[in-house]
Amino acid sequence: MIEVYRRSMQGTQPEYRFPPYGSTAKRAPTKLLVMLPHTLSETTGPVFGHDSVKAREFDLTAGHADLPLGKRIVVSGRVLDDGGKPVRHTLVEIWQANSAGRYRHPNDGPHSPLDPNFTGCGRAMTDAEGRYRFVTIEPGAYPWRNHYNAWRPKHIHFSLWGEAFTQRLVTQMYFPGDPLLPFDPIFNCVTDTKARDRLVSSLDWEATIPESAIGYRFDIVLRGRHATPVER
Amino acid sequence: MSLQQSTSQTFGPYFHIGLKPIAVRLPAGAKPVVITGRVLDGDGKPVSDAAIETWQADLTGAYPVPSTDGSYPATSTLAGLGRVPTDAEGRFRIDTYLPGCVAAPGGGLQAPHILVAIGMRGLLKHLVTRIYFPGEAANADDPVLKLVPADRRDTLIARGASGELQWDVVLQGAGETVFFDC
Ligand SMILES: [Fe+2]
Repeated sequence: MIEVYRRSMQGTQPEYRFPPYGSTAKRAPTKLLVMLPHTLSETTGPVFGHDSVKAREFDLTAGHADLPLGKRIVVSGRVLDDGGKPVRHTLVEIWQANSAGRYRHPNDGPHSPLDPNFTGCGRAMTDAEGRYRFVTIEPGAYPWRNHYNAWRPKHIHFSLWGEAFTQRLVTQMYFPGDPLLPFDPIFNCVTDTKARDRLVSSLDWEATIPESAIGYRFDIVLRGRHATPVER
Repeated sequence: MSLQQSTSQTFGPYFHIGLKPIAVRLPAGAKPVVITGRVLDGDGKPVSDAAIETWQADLTGAYPVPSTDGSYPATSTLAGLGRVPTDAEGRFRIDTYLPGCVAAPGGGLQAPHILVAIGMRGLLKHLVTRIYFPGEAANADDPVLKLVPADRRDTLIARGASGELQWDVVLQGAGETVFFDC
């Protein structure tokens, strides 16, 4: 077995079957997974260039007739691998609910109103140091039907490609001090508190724009490469 | 230095807002192949909110290589990358091409294949699988197919011929698709 990328670290990744999250019951695989060696197919990935995103796609508050409702925020951070190396020039895609907790999606609603000035989709590239930056609004918490009186804490969905298919990660960013966090089965899908805490952004004074937007910092860690492929 | 890896979280039911479809760009001279199928849950019900992401080599079995000096290319090399959502009936359609044979670790070649990631509500992390092509002699010697129990290999090989193939994703039970720990 050749492993080019490190496997996931103990306690950092959820199991497919997780009873507190009801919809895993009919969707989680029931048979053992087959270990896949890291061949060229798994260790390569799309190469993103200047043309991958348009200049304004980092700003989710722009592009409409007026500003969206809600508190404007700056979300920025770094994408690193688990060896601390920046993941540079990779695509970061985000999506989120509006400030009332409603997604601009045909299957969401009518629990809260749409905002004509908010779509909720952003894209940005990391720079040579792995940094990315978005301007958006703080999303609202929203109800879902997982259990009686279930509410998702405020979150922003993040999608990362990294440099290889094995690094692909879709995750969610949460907000510090959100009182709904202890009750959310998706946030609590791993037992390691340190791993969970990595999904919670922190207030970032350096990114905060006076009289305009509060900054939140969110760093993301992808699986890293072994120094040399390990033959087992 | 060792950092703890970020935890995967579900795509949720509204990923369409952020994860737009990506059309596979066919290399010059490629043989077009259409792969259609359905994603089915443990009750055999269609999964109408899945995203299927595909990654495959070019006609020579090669993949794009990032610049070694870390510079930022003007244009992307996304050839071989695709993303499609399922529809209300759980159906998807991948417009793609037959890739070349990719080098296997330790020498030799792999049979032509497409690497697949599948994300959806109800999956806290995406599933990884592969699509192989029917009637390829190289399938018999493929080092990854050989790792799969013989009675389940057919879940990874598309059915059909002449560029119109079918491949279903069965999440659970009889005929459950083989998923990989990648
Ligand atoms: Fe969400």
